[in-house]
Order: sequence, then C-alpha cells, then structure tokens
Amino acid sequence: MDAILLAAELVFRVDTLAAIFMAACFGLFVGSIPGLTATMAVALLVPITFFMEPVPAIGAMVTCVAMAIFAGDIPGALLRIPGTPASAAYVDEAFRMTQKGEAERALGTGLVCSVIGGLIGTTALVLVAPVLAEIALNFSSFEYFWLACLGLTSAVFIATASPIRGFLSLLIGLLIASIGLDNPAGTPRFTFGYAELYGGIDFIPAMIGMFAVSEILRHMLGGVKPQAGVAAVRNLLSGIGRSIARYKVNIARGSLLGTLIGALPGAGADIAAWIAYALSKKFSREPAKFGTGHVEGLTDASAANNSALGGAWVPALVFGIPGDSVTAIVIGVLYLKGMNPGPTVFLMNPENIYAVFMIFFAANLLLLPLGYVAIKSAKQVLRVPRRILMPVILLFCMVGAYAINNTVFGIATMLALGVIGFIMEENGFPIAPAILGIVLGQLLERTFVTSLIRSRGDYLAFFERPIAAGLGVVTIAIWLTPVFIMLWRRHSRRQAPGESA
Amino acid sequence: MKSSFGLSLAAVAAMALAGVAALPATADAQYPERPITLIVPWGAGGGTDATGRIIASLLEEELGQPVNVVNRTGGSGVVGHQAIATADPDGYTIGVATVEIGMMHWQGLTDLTHEAYAPIALVNADPAAIHVPADAEYDTLDALLEAAEDGQLQASGTGQGGIWHLALAGLLQDVGLAPDVIQWVPSEGAAPGLQDLVAGGVDLVACSMPEARALVEAGRVKSLVIMSPEHDAIFPDVPTTEEAVGSTWTLGAWRGIVAPAGTPDDVVATLVSALETVHQSDEFREFMLGRGYGLLWAGPDEFREFMAKSDEDLGSVMTAVGLAQ
Repeated sequence: MDAILLAAELVFRVDTLAAIFMAACFGLFVGSIPGLTATMAVALLVPITFFMEPVPAIGAMVTCVAMAIFAGDIPGALLRIPGTPASAAYVDEAFRMTQKGEAERALGTGLVCSVIGGLIGTTALVLVAPVLAEIALNFSSFEYFWLACLGLTSAVFIATASPIRGFLSLLIGLLIASIGLDNPAGTPRFTFGYAELYGGIDFIPAMIGMFAVSEILRHMLGGVKPQAGVAAVRNLLSGIGRSIARYKVNIARGSLLGTLIGALPGAGADIAAWIAYALSKKFSREPAKFGTGHVEGLTDASAANNSALGGAWVPALVFGIPGDSVTAIVIGVLYLKGMNPGPTVFLMNPENIYAVFMIFFAANLLLLPLGYVAIKSAKQVLRVPRRILMPVILLFCMVGAYAINNTVFGIATMLALGVIGFIMEENGFPIAPAILGIVLGQLLERTFVTSLIRSRGDYLAFFERPIAAGLGVVTIAIWLTPVFIMLWRRHSRRQAPGESA
Repeated sequence: MKSSFGLSLAAVAAMALAGVAALPATADAQYPERPITLIVPWGAGGGTDATGRIIASLLEEELGQPVNVVNRTGGSGVVGHQAIATADPDGYTIGVATVEIGMMHWQGLTDLTHEAYAPIALVNADPAAIHVPADAEYDTLDALLEAAEDGQLQASGTGQGGIWHLALAGLLQDVGLAPDVIQWVPSEGAAPGLQDLVAGGVDLVACSMPEARALVEAGRVKSLVIMSPEHDAIFPDVPTTEEAVGSTWTLGAWRGIVAPAGTPDDVVATLVSALETVHQSDEFREFMLGRGYGLLWAGPDEFREFMAKSDEDLGSVMTAVGLAQ
C-alpha cells in the first residue's frame, strides 16, 4: 500500500502532469498526420527523456502513444488516409460514414471505444501481466506463422466483398514485401543492384501512397463524388452512448483480443485491429452493412488497437522482450532510468512501476477531453474546398514518406504505390489486403522458413504444438469454408432437378 | 526506423536556442556552423540507436550545434553504411559504423568497406556470449559442446550470417567441431531469438550479455561463456572462452563514429576532441554501464587499424565457416 501512495505522489506532481499533458498534445499532432507513426512520436521523445525523472519520462511516452494511436483515426475518417497503420483496417468504413455526414459519430465512437479499450488493456497489464507474459513467451515461429495467416485471411476472406479480388490484392502486397535483403536467407531480391532497395519497401510510404495518393489522383481526374455536407455541429457524444450500449459485447471482445495480440511480441495494434474488425463482421447480426459506413466494426477495432498498447507492455516489463516497436524503444529508456525490465522491476522501486500504471489510466482518461477537442478542430478540415485541401494533403504525405528514412526514395515509393493503388481501385480491387500483405509478408515468410528449418523440413510440425494446432485448424477451416459452401450449393442444386425429374 | 519530421522541428528550436546562446562567444565561421546529421544504420530502439542518440545529445552540448539522429535502416545495415559513405565529406554528416561493415562485403552484398570512411573513434564493444534456458541440462560450455556433437542442436540470435551466427560458428570451428554442427535458425535479432529460446524453439542463443540481461536476471536463461579475454562487468561469473574450453576464440560487436572518407583533418580533429569529452562524461559512462554495454576508446588511427584487423579476421572466419561468397 505504501508503494501505491508513493506512486501517487510521483504522479500528481506539476512536472509529471505537465510532461504528460505536453506529450499528449504532441502525440495527437503526430498521430493525426498521415505517415507519422506512434513509433516515430516515441523515438522523437527519447532524447528529451534523457533529461527527465523516470516517472515523467515513461509517462510522457505512454501518453504520447495512446494519443497517437487514437489520432490516427482522424485523417482516416475524414480523408480516408489512415494516420497510423493501426487505423488502416477500418479506414474505409469510417470514411463511408463521413460521406454519409456521420463523421462525428464515427470519430466519437472511435474515441470512446479507444478509451475503453485502453482502460481494459491497462487493467490486464496491472492484474495479470506475469500470467499473460508466460502465455506470450510460449509463442514460437509456428504460432506466429499461423497468426500471420489468420491476419491475412481476415483481410482477404472476411473484410472484403470479393475474396478473389482481395486475394489478388494480397498477392501484390506479398510481392512488394519480398523486395529487399531482409529475408531469412539474407539474399537480395528484386533489388536490381540498387542499394536503396536492399532495405525493401517500407510500409509507411506504401500505405500513404496507396490510400492518400490514389485518393488525390482520383480527385484530380474528377472521380470523387461530392462530399455530403458537414452535418450540423451537434454534441459529439450524443447518440454514442447508445452505440456503446448496443455494441458492448463488441467492445469487450475487441479489447480482450487486442490485449492478447498486443502481448505477443511481434504482433501489435495493427494486426489486432484487422482481426477484431473481421471477427466483428463474422459475428455481426448485420454483416451486410459492413463496408457501407456501419459503426459496428469500428467499435471492435478501435477498442482493439488501443488495448493492444497495454498488452505490448506485458512481455516488455516482465521479460524485457518488446511487444511492439514502441516498447522496444521504451525498454531502452527503462534501462536508462534504472527501472530494468524483468520480475525485479516489481521488487526494486515498486512505486515507480505503480506510478507508470497510474499514468496509463490517466492517459486513457485524458484521451477523452483532448480527443474531443482534436475531433472538433479537425472536423473543420471538411469545410476546406477539396481543390485547396488536396495539395496540402499531398504535402503532408510527402513529409511523412520522407521522414521514414529521410530519403527522397520514400517519396518515390509513395508516388509509385499511389499509382498502383489508383489502378487497383479503379478496377475494383480493394487496397487494404495489399497493405496488410506488405505489413505481414516478412513475418509470414520468416516464420514459415524458420519453422521448417527447425523441424528439418517436417510440415506436420506446424500442428504439433497445441496453440499452433488450434490456430492452424481455425485458419484452414476459414480457407475451406467457401469451398464447402460451393460444394454444398452444387450438391443441393444437383439434387433439386433430380427430385423434379 | 522512423524519425525526422519532428526532429527537424526540434532542430529548428534547438538552433534558435543555440544561436542565442552562442552569440557572445564566437562570431567567426568555424566548424560546426550548422546542424550535424548522425546516421544510425539500425532501427530505433536497438542498442546502436540508443548509443547513437546519447552520443548525439551529448555531442550537441560539446559542439554547440544540434546533432540530429537519422535512422537509415534495412539491408542488414548496408543501406545506412552506404548513406554515411556517400554523404558530402564536410563534417555535417557523420554516422555510427558497426561490426557489419567488415562482414557485408565478404558476403557479396556491397563493395563498401571501412576504407570508405574517415574514422573518428571507436566507442563501444560487446563480446558474444552463449545462453541456454535456465533449466537446460548442461551447465558448462563443455557439456553443451558434447551434446552438440550429434548435430541435433539448434541456435538462434540474429539473421543468417550475422555477427552472432559467426561468433558461434567460429567457436565451434576453433574447438575442432564442424562450424555448422549446431544448426542456425535465423531470427530478426537477439530479442526474438531469446524469446524463441524461452518458448522452447531453439536450444541455445548466441548474443551479447546486455541483450540477454533481462532474461538472465529473471532466472529464465543462463549464460555459459563470454567470448572475450575478460569477464563481463555485470555478470563476472560467466567464464571466458579461455576458462571454459581453453580456446583463444573471441568475437564481439563494436560501434564507432565515422565520417565519409575525405572529411578535412581539422574537422575530424574537432569531432575527435568533442567525442573524447563525451566518452569521458559521467552521463555517457552511466548510460553505457547502466545498460551493460562495454566501453572502449580508440582514436582515429587506432580505430582505422582496428577496423582493418576486424575486417581481415571476419573475412578469414567467414571463409572458413562457409559464410563468405
């Protein structure tokens, strides 16, 4: 109990609170600019934390990430440009809502669900971190292989209208992911001897290109339907209470799923959002409404990506193994501040770790008012005429694409993939599966190859471990479902004429 | 991995501050008169990134100009090392070179070698170590090597042909075993490798002590040997290769600061003296020792020789174990 009181003293101090507040504003700003990710926001904070006390330093990072992940929804909903990869799963849905004049409902629901998801993820972190970490540590390449398959399957089979087109789109993404040197064999592929390509195609410029640049191209060619007028400004949170009450199961499911996936090192908020969105559609009573601007999928996915943040801290704190790229950076800062990750972190200086937990809760609650203000001000974007807005967006996109690696190559990647994305969409191919292919392609290949190396070529090994077997069976069942449905239909059709004859 | 937009914002702010602070002191145009870029060839969050960032923030105080860290990642370090080598040799772009500069050209990935740089200083080296699960049946390297003889063991810790793979293969060869008697399972780095070790996926992991520290302290992993002539500062009980198996084999990763070849001597001299102050500062020592990173200092000439020797050693081991092209 003493430790908790000490922790409260550490949190409720002017410098800590000021650091949290400033980090929150910074996170909202970075997250809402397409291409600037939560990871980037944290990396930028690192040099500043050198000069801070441990608790404000970690608190600033925690707050900054929570804000950035939510803020990624804002340009996604308003402009169809996801601010961070974690928002990509439901960007189409949110944008459709904006087109129907429901931007506030989309963002307001996203905000509230993000807060709830964040709180649930944090509660799990506080209460069951050691247990969860044990589970997460048992994931080896076999389980990750199936998880990657499951993520890709969600994107292709469930989240899109036409699985065949979704699958082709995915293959384009996987092809792009195979470029470069970072494959298990360490062999350069499709690099044409060009050093920049050794690094492969980074998915941030790819994502900005496919979503944003293709949208700008479409606008230039006059293919965009005029936007529905901005709905009369009303209370952002009105009517959201009803959505929350109606979809409380979705929110709970999304949050738990997000926490679990977030706790796995190597899988984070982006995969969590995809699988949550797919699950939402699968179990929905109104699956046909998905993709038309229906709020249900947003509740699952927004809760999932924010709860994944709490989850990612589980293996990081307990075993020093990063749950995502953000915690990878945070671990470095933890060492720097003498809060060495490991079970000892709970024994030596427990007040510090309790203070960090308190900041987790505070950050998620702070998200509510600050997110509200951010949505209110961002909504003005819709009032700007598109011919002025589009060049400004292009500028921001170029900054984001450049910032990933500080090279013009990022901008070239963005433009090239923008053209590819435009051609794909004009021909009815969804781009979201391609993005997930780029994000997960390396994980898929690496886990497949290392699993086979480990099993010395024995494919049955993919089913030998219990969790791997479970994930594998579920994945294959999803793959086979369309085949069975087709066979069953053909069978009943054949029977029907037989009976009449 | 990511950085820069906000960094440039920070740079502008810092420039304004630095400008105000520097006004009364020096008005003449002496190096450095504008911000410096420090290229890190590895991703944000890793050890090289952390080292680069602390050096940058301390150099900034010494030089009175912002030092911006830029992560140029990918291609097993090729992309970033190339970017340092091809930058204008004016002292405004410097970078962190890592042990991989002596490996990638042997693998046929690039023509780039250490000769493309003007060395400034070597700042750190971390020897390789071997880690096994805490409940493994072997307590010594001898027992592990004995168990390895029938070719059933698997190891991880980095990608195929990476520094820790080489460390293990070299050790095996040095004690008279086939360098590939322990099968290498490529991983994306030490952390995923260690996770795999704990998950029961592989039998041993080769990586540095600081990388394994949290799991060692959590009692999940034990270290059998450190491939160095000296003991680790934080884990002095881990035997050296000499003590464990009587082998003189040592190998480790190192990090140093370099500028592109052709950088003027006076600029290099300014950087060397600033870096030396940084290296001796309490902040830097505390940071490095706090994370368990080995401190090492070698000025430009010594660093040049060090890189040449490292290159040669790595080449002969890589050829011997079949990792060179």
